[in-house]
This record gives sequence, structure tokens and C-alpha cells, in this order.
Amino acid sequence: MMNACPEKVIRMMDDYLDGEISPSEEKELKDYVQSCSDCRKIYQELTKTIAFVQSASHVQAPPGFVQKTMASLPKEPQRAGIKRFMRHHPLFIAAALFVLLMSAAMMSSFSDDQQFSFTKQPNLVVEGETVVVPAGETVVGNLTIRNGDLRVDGELEGNVTIVNGQYMASSGVINGEVEEIDQAFEWLWYTIKGTFRDAVSFFGGNDQSIDK
Amino acid sequence: MDALVNKRIKRVMKGDQDAFAEIVELYQHQLFQICYRMLGNRHEAEDIAQEAFTRAYVNIHTFDQSRKFSTWLYRIATNLCIDRIRKKKPDFHLDAEVRGTEGLNMYSKIANDEELPEEELMRMEVQERVQYEISRLPDKYRAAIVLKYLEELPLAEISEILDLPLGTVKTRIHRGREALRKQLSNL
Repeated sequence: MMNACPEKVIRMMDDYLDGEISPSEEKELKDYVQSCSDCRKIYQELTKTIAFVQSASHVQAPPGFVQKTMASLPKEPQRAGIKRFMRHHPLFIAAALFVLLMSAAMMSSFSDDQQFSFTKQPNLVVEGETVVVPAGETVVGNLTIRNGDLRVDGELEGNVTIVNGQYMASSGVINGEVEEIDQAFEWLWYTIKGTFRDAVSFFGGNDQSIDK
Repeated sequence: MDALVNKRIKRVMKGDQDAFAEIVELYQHQLFQICYRMLGNRHEAEDIAQEAFTRAYVNIHTFDQSRKFSTWLYRIATNLCIDRIRKKKPDFHLDAEVRGTEGLNMYSKIANDEELPEEELMRMEVQERVQYEISRLPDKYRAAIVLKYLEELPLAEISEILDLPLGTVKTRIHRGREALRKQLSNL
């Protein structure tokens, strides 16, 4: 930056003005500035420059600045409100997402189960897509049938759930509830209800197993 | 101070505009000062300072509360100032060619502000000259000089505001200082 004076003195001057000079270098600088008039001139001009710049009076914001600034602020846009709501209520978002995903899962489990299926019990007979409890036989346990019908000629001790099928009136006896589910929505409702019932029976004891 | 400011920022984040008015109140003079020294013009400084506060308000949720609010705010302001300086560079160039006229403009501007005693005017002249020389600095040196010598901020904070390594900040201050020394050597 300066021609006549050594690089090192200029660097020491910068360090000094930045307030980052070691005591030994400061002494070295002082000695050098004493001996070299060019260096002294630069040094004095630099300190004078800094003094001038710092003497610049502190300016103040014009009167009414706060009011003007506040008036110019954008009215909070709607989206910001929603965004803030999401930021401040992460649990709500999590719950909403949970419900969404759960119903999607249940819906897909509904459409996945388009095949004929039923709960395996030892003495059940299958005729085509109809599950039959043969005459004279007693089937113990709950029974779920998907995409098929049920005929009871004998005796069934347990609840029956039929999805996309029918319970055909017959001579047999069912000691339990019969539920027929036909539509996707009902299936969803049943699944939710079932989850709830399971939770209740889990916490509240086995009041479910009492036969009618 | 920082805890007080953070409390207000939390209120602003919840949508409380009055809390933001308190923040503007608190920082208005310092922010205006930075803009004025960067731009050399009260009208523009007011414009940019206002814009900086608006941006801070709109983007308040991006502010990291573990950091210093003033650093964040000054950063918004210096960036806006540098943008403004770069945009009006052609105009500025024209001004610089007719330097005599500009001096006259500034002079008449002071005279218009208020009737000042002669000695006050003499002192004012030096200050106007200093402001003028600062505004002649290249924008990157100017920001560093303003933050260092007018805001008297520590180097580490300047480096954060300008988003530059400490070494670069030092170099800019050294070069800006040297340029000012030459510009002011006849004073």
C-alpha cells in the first residue's frame, strides 16, 4: 500500500489500528515511526482519518419513523397465519396426518381383501363360497367371513362378522352377534369401532366374551 | 437487552404487531445511521431502513433466537444498501463527473435545513466532507468502514453481518482506511 515504507511496518500499523498488536511489535512500530518521517506521516494521517470518521455526528432517524414503518408493514397474509398455526401446533398436524394415513391404510386393507376367506374352525364345511355349519355340529369361537355367505344348520357359539356377504336364514342357532358389512365405509367404521372395542376390553376386562 | 429483545420477538412471532413497534423504536437510530452512512442521503436512508424493518418483520420466523438480533437486522440492512448502491451506479457516476455541482448541492442542503452559526457551519463542513468521502468508497469497503468506525462493532460481528471471513473483513477495513487517508490527506 505504501511505497517508501517496508511492508512489515504497514502491517504492524494495521494491526495496531485494529487493536491486535503484540506489546513487542508495538514497541518495534513506535521505534520505527520515530525514525522514519514517511512512516510517521502515514501513521498520523491514518489516526487523523479515523478520528475524523468517528467524529461524524450520530444521525437520528427522522421523527415519526416508527409510525411510518409500522404503517407500511404488510397486513399479515392468511397463509402466514396457517403456517404459524402449523409451527405452533405440531401435535395437531401429527394427529391429522395419522388419521389420514390410518384411513388410507384401512381403505386399502378393504380393497386388498377381495378374495373369499373365513376364520378356520375345525368342523366348518365350505360349499362354493358359502360357509356352512353342518347340522348336529357345534362350532365354538368367533367367525369372520369375507366375500362369502354363511349358513348355519348346526350351532355356533360366538360372534359372526360377514364382510361383503350374507347371513342366510337357516335352522341353526348362533349364540352371539351377527354383523354384516357391505360397503367400504362400513368396513372402515367397523375397523375403527373394533379398534376402540379392543382398547376398551384391553383396559376394562373381558366384558366382550359374555354370550347373549 | 438480548433477553428483552427475544421476548418481544416471541410476541411478534405470535402475531403481536405492537411488540414489533417496540423493536423498531429500539433499533431505529442505529439502523438509520448505517443506511445514511452507506447511502449518503437521508431520504434514501429512511426508505431502506424502513424496508429493512419490513423484511425483518415478514421473515421473523427465520431468525435464529440463539443469535444476536441486531446482527441479523444489520445484515438485512447492509445487503439492501449494497443492492441500492449497485443499482444506482450509473447515476452516481454522472454525479461524480460534476463534482463541483454535487458539493454545491450538499452545501445548499445544509443551509436549507436550518440557519446555523458560522462556526457550527465550519464544523459541519468537515463532517459533510467525511460523509462525502465515505460515500466515494467502493461499496464493499464502505460497509466495513461504517460498521467498524461509525457503529463501532467488533470485527467478529462485522464478519457475521457481512457474511465474510474475518480476514476479508480486516483487509477491507485496511483498504478502506487507506483510501480514506488519501482522500482526506488535504484536510
